[in-house]
Amino acid sequence: MNLKAMNLKTFKGGLHPPDGKEFSATKAIEVCPLPEEIIIPLAQHIGAPAEVCVEVGAKVKKGTLIATARGFVSAPIHASTSGEVIAIEPRLHPMGKALPAIVIKPDGEDAWDENLKGANPDDLSGDELKACIQAAGIVGMGGATFPTHVKLSPPADKQIDTLILNGVECEPYLTADHRMMLEATEQILDGIAILRKVLGIERAVIGIEANKPDAIEKMTKEAAARNIEVQALEVKYPQGAEKQLIDAITGRQVPSGTLPMEVGVVVQNVGTAAAISDAVRLGRPLVERVVTITGPGIKEPKNLLVRIGTPLQFLVDQCEGLNGEPAKIIMGGPMMGQTQLSLETPAIRGTSGLLIFRKEDLPRYEAGPCIRCGRCIGACPIHLQPTAIATYARLDLFDEAEEYHALDCIECGCCTYTCPATLPLVQSIRYAKAAILAKKRTI
Amino acid sequence: MENRLYLSSSPHIHSGETTDKVMRKVIYALLPATALSIYFFGLPALSVLLICTLGCMGFEALSCKLMSKPLALADGSAALTGVLLALNMPPTSSWWLALFGAAIAIFIGKQVYGGLGYNPFNPALVARVVLLISFPVQMTSWTAPAPLGSGLDAITAATPLGEMKTAVMLTGKLPELAHSGFLNYFTGNMAGSLGEVSAIALLLGGLYLLFKKVISWHIPVAFIGTVLVIGAIFWAVSPEIYPNPLFHLLTGGLLLGAFFMATDMVTSPVTDKGMLIFGFGCGLLTVLIRLFGGYPEGVSFAILLMNAATPLIDRFCHPKIYGQTEAKA
Repeated sequence: MNLKAMNLKTFKGGLHPPDGKEFSATKAIEVCPLPEEIIIPLAQHIGAPAEVCVEVGAKVKKGTLIATARGFVSAPIHASTSGEVIAIEPRLHPMGKALPAIVIKPDGEDAWDENLKGANPDDLSGDELKACIQAAGIVGMGGATFPTHVKLSPPADKQIDTLILNGVECEPYLTADHRMMLEATEQILDGIAILRKVLGIERAVIGIEANKPDAIEKMTKEAAARNIEVQALEVKYPQGAEKQLIDAITGRQVPSGTLPMEVGVVVQNVGTAAAISDAVRLGRPLVERVVTITGPGIKEPKNLLVRIGTPLQFLVDQCEGLNGEPAKIIMGGPMMGQTQLSLETPAIRGTSGLLIFRKEDLPRYEAGPCIRCGRCIGACPIHLQPTAIATYARLDLFDEAEEYHALDCIECGCCTYTCPATLPLVQSIRYAKAAILAKKRTI
Repeated sequence: MENRLYLSSSPHIHSGETTDKVMRKVIYALLPATALSIYFFGLPALSVLLICTLGCMGFEALSCKLMSKPLALADGSAALTGVLLALNMPPTSSWWLALFGAAIAIFIGKQVYGGLGYNPFNPALVARVVLLISFPVQMTSWTAPAPLGSGLDAITAATPLGEMKTAVMLTGKLPELAHSGFLNYFTGNMAGSLGEVSAIALLLGGLYLLFKKVISWHIPVAFIGTVLVIGAIFWAVSPEIYPNPLFHLLTGGLLLGAFFMATDMVTSPVTDKGMLIFGFGCGLLTVLIRLFGGYPEGVSFAILLMNAATPLIDRFCHPKIYGQTEAKA
């Protein structure tokens, strides 16, 4: 496939970290076996944590509702295998502290709940489809885990005209979405059709970075018949960030402090689209996802279809174990992922990857003075002046940091990555953002 | 095992392009010009280079020690200042002049402000200008090149820009050398400070820096472009007293200044727009000083004046932020 002829689109700013995808890009998705214990935290999405609706000792099937959504911006949670609820107690959460979780001992049958019924999307109205999506606990699977039905419910005054499917996967090392596009093409396209019906719009564009020519080719071939566009995008981090993706594909910029619907766009991850297809056609809630287990600290990197709640240690065991002594365990990618306290934590709905680095993979740098080189400014996809905001943050001058638009920062990490003085720029900006938001709440 | 895990907030990887590597690349980029200056001016040039570089490093170490700060030599900035200072000195400068320059650069130009990253003016240029004003005779004693192995003795000569200024003042007309000899200027076969002489070597280094993305094109292009355009306008108006823009380009310190001194990150604006304004200002001041000022060469003064304007430029030049379409820059 000739990518040069494809008129690659992109945004201004960003950079090119080494992509690390060679570890796992060619590994077909394997189904991860059943662990001894499944730990399902109640907080797995943006919004209020779910509310437990089972008791210890209850027998559950795969897909049985075990916690209900608490309010509109929340999502229900379902058992990811059949077995017995053996505890409802705080367990170490990927966020780094013990949070309430439902612990299930699998019975080994892995039997689906027989009450789950699928439907033909053609027979359902947009609202009925949306209800299916909401009931299935679908959340954004790119990592942000925003409840999908909320994104599909724009206020009446917002005219949506474009659905963008995020197949960019710009985070280095991660290949879960890449494999999904190759192996679950049909489900993704079916999910897109459902999303279009819910939104009542025609135009759907799948954005894919040019470093996945096989996915671009496959999606293009399959999508054409359904009137879905595929747009190849320049390889650049953070191409897959929502605002940058919208800019690249539509040329529209989401005004500061608003949501994509403001410019008539809804963005969904390709993995989310596949989950939506399963939720509607098979009636299956979101209980599993593809996770890339990778990095130099893993013996045999893989893409695994993982039940939500599977402990990370079990995932590592499926990949022939650790390669050397781990120094950093990261949930997600190296640019925006979260370091883990231990491999006891479970994979959750937002777990796109498990990345392990050894000490020798992580050179340590002493931060020096800013030499005003301006690289952070050139790399910032929002065109902020990270060094200025970070300086104000270090001096606790939060009003000044806000004047420099600290709140617009998307925390992609480009500034810190590129800083020759190895200053913790995005970290300082996060500190300023937290302080500014705290102050706003008290006013 | 697991109690030895690192916990930190993202990102977890770094480009590896650290300050010392940036400085080292600038020094590499200066190697062709340095080598050619040693070829044209021989051992005296080498000794100026060594005294300035080692002097700057020594004074840097001394200041760190006096101020009980960690030794900052590893960042390479002192060595770079030394090389740049040497390239701004006449080849036959005496050892004490070079050493004094190194002390000014490090103490007055850099460390009094707090060291790397905090100095408002380019340290090497501060030293050059202090020396030029304090020791005008020594700092304008130029010699014609006596290439290594040529057996020639160093003989006193004026720089092309100096000769032009004198001739225009005395006769009201440009001297012959403003119309010919461009090939010599291009290769560096003329009188001048160590680093001013070879256009080709400086261009090579400048392109390397651009290619390696150590510097962006904005300052050099705006600086050189402005000199060429304004130089061309004057030349078009009266070619008998104003030189060909090519003469502006190839003689004096324009290329050294535009690629290596004005692009000093610490003392130049941080935004693209700011850099364009900065480069334009440098170019404008350079031509005005060369054609109408008291000194034959204006690059150093132009850059220092624009260094002073840098905080102001940064204050008014902000990048256009995503999603702030209505906001004014």
